[in-house]
Amino acid sequence: MALPKYTEPHYRIWHYIYLTICGAVFFFLIAPLFVIFPLSFNAEEFLSFSDGMKRLDPDAFSLRWYKDMIYGTKNPWGLAAKNSFIIAIFATIGSVVLGTVAALGLSSRHMPYKGLIMAVLISPMIVPLIISGVAIFFFMAKAGLAATHTGIVLAHIILGTPFVVITVTATLSGFDHSVTRAAASLGSDPVNTFMKITLPLILPGVISGGLFAFVTSFDEVVVVLFLAGLENTTIPIQMWTGLREQLSPTILAVATCLIILSTLILVTAELLRRRSERLRGINQ
Amino acid sequence: MSSETKQILTTDGIPLEVSLKKAERKNKIKAFLLVAPLLFFLIITYVFPIGDMLFRSVDDKMVTQMLPKTFKAMENWDGQELPDEEVFAAFHEDFIKLVEDKREGKLSTQLNYTKNGFKSIIKKLRRKSKSFEEGNYKEQIMSVHKRWADVEYWRAIKRRAPEFTSQKYLKGMDMYVNEEGKIVSVEEDRRIHRVLWLRTLEIAFFVTVFCFLMAYPIAHLLATLPMKYSNLLMICVLLPFWTSLLVRTASWMILLQQQGIVNDFFVGIGLVADDNRPEMMYNKTGSYVAMTQILLPFMVLPLYSVMKTISPSLMRAGKSLGGTPFVAFWKVYFPLTIPGIGAGCLLVFILAIGYYITPALVGGASGTLISNQIAFHMKSTLDWSFASAMGLMLLSGVLVIYWLYNKLVGIDNIKLG
Repeated sequence: MALPKYTEPHYRIWHYIYLTICGAVFFFLIAPLFVIFPLSFNAEEFLSFSDGMKRLDPDAFSLRWYKDMIYGTKNPWGLAAKNSFIIAIFATIGSVVLGTVAALGLSSRHMPYKGLIMAVLISPMIVPLIISGVAIFFFMAKAGLAATHTGIVLAHIILGTPFVVITVTATLSGFDHSVTRAAASLGSDPVNTFMKITLPLILPGVISGGLFAFVTSFDEVVVVLFLAGLENTTIPIQMWTGLREQLSPTILAVATCLIILSTLILVTAELLRRRSERLRGINQ
Repeated sequence: MSSETKQILTTDGIPLEVSLKKAERKNKIKAFLLVAPLLFFLIITYVFPIGDMLFRSVDDKMVTQMLPKTFKAMENWDGQELPDEEVFAAFHEDFIKLVEDKREGKLSTQLNYTKNGFKSIIKKLRRKSKSFEEGNYKEQIMSVHKRWADVEYWRAIKRRAPEFTSQKYLKGMDMYVNEEGKIVSVEEDRRIHRVLWLRTLEIAFFVTVFCFLMAYPIAHLLATLPMKYSNLLMICVLLPFWTSLLVRTASWMILLQQQGIVNDFFVGIGLVADDNRPEMMYNKTGSYVAMTQILLPFMVLPLYSVMKTISPSLMRAGKSLGGTPFVAFWKVYFPLTIPGIGAGCLLVFILAIGYYITPALVGGASGTLISNQIAFHMKSTLDWSFASAMGLMLLSGVLVIYWLYNKLVGIDNIKLG
């Protein structure tokens, strides 16, 4: 952001101070993530940069911890990763279906008690996770679903739907309802109209809601801590136990993989957002 | 309406008004049916269980059901002198039944919550009661231990007669009902919960303030920079936002440890001596630093979305009318961002007040919050009714803020990403 030539000196100084502050905040936000990256290639068992690493000595770097993550004896990461993906995928499907259908109803102008119902549907996002955890645990224990995949999937559907409801309702707010009326007048039944007309148009919103639901489930630890047995361990649970007991560099290897995954998700989400904005731009 | 007015009829001969109302109702039902699956799913799996927590937190039937005859006999007892033989006999009868079911241990734990000293005398009573003779139970029970002859202990038992209790809520605020039935606070040095509530509020408040102070300048920069630069910088906000909470907490654990990079840096610039590295983790500092960084995106995004809508020409107009850049900012720009500030602050505060994972990992003993206490009672002491009571106290606070948020911002206006 260039300053105009006529700017007085002391404003110029202020401007540079402002830019410095911004730089510092951006650094504070992003730098911690990049600490993990090099340390996960540490050849030694310490969680700080060894002298060799500071000299960029190639011998100080190794893939040791990545090997340990994949092949390590009695390592839990394989099972945890499998569980995490299974749970997250089913939770995402459930959240997307329930959330999208609900969002369709909510954005109808005929919906009675809209405010109240919206407040209930969003509440799992607002209520502190620990309270959700306790409540869901009581329910699952009574229903006999504690320590089962089904129980955890249901719990994650509860936590994931608010995101889908919010993103899809937001997409629908810019939706031109005359196109569905046009479809109906041409003899299409509601299901057909939804599949052929509505869904393709709101798809970016649905997918980005789904991404939120996926990340919520994939990263969720508080509720799972109450629900999971040994068989249902997930990546976040293993990270949690690892971080509490002893910080081993294997965790950093896992963390690096997770950062790569979140980068991929971020890129997808951004592309979708832009596409959706472009589509809405055309509608206007 | 006058009767001469001709009603407008539809082609079917039904008055238009009726027909419209019918269509309206049909649409309402249609819309509701779409929402119904999720709504009922949430009501069954989520809203009812929270109600269940409420029930558990006041439920005190356990002792009531363990000593049914005793409490029946106690109904006529005024609580001044030791109770009559009738009460002792009933208590003996209940007690023998409990011993048969091997539940007397549970009774002693429960009664010990009300008054210390029950554990040992119940154990003793169990041993001695095997050789009790029929009749005159008052004498026999009193001879087991002198506390059984103390009216205080019988009053303590009577206090457990009701099926519902507010005891757990009082305990959550470090209060209890004393012998005279008055609500009083526990001694100063045992007020652990009040300290926790205050600390939770304090940390949530300051994290919100820090987040605001850091987010405002960068949100402004993001909103005013040309698109191609701001998109790049936006990644710095969004990547942490999408990254696992545990990964971010792990990176702070590495940075803040005593041999960590932050400490190395402080030693390097000569701020602290090498042998006197400050403890930056496992205390409040750890909680503050990590929570601020983790919650920062939640402040930046609402501020950014509001600032994006403010036209730059407004500031220029302010300046051209003679305001210095500061005056223009303070009088024109800042008031326009207040909705974003409100949304961001409330969101961060709500999230911070219920934080669990990060304080548990980097907060140590002095940096943990009320959530950690709830988890502790759920998992370690298994006092689920107390955990429920604390949870609901926290929840009521959050709901007040949620309500405020809804009034000020509107939940339909929550924006993600």
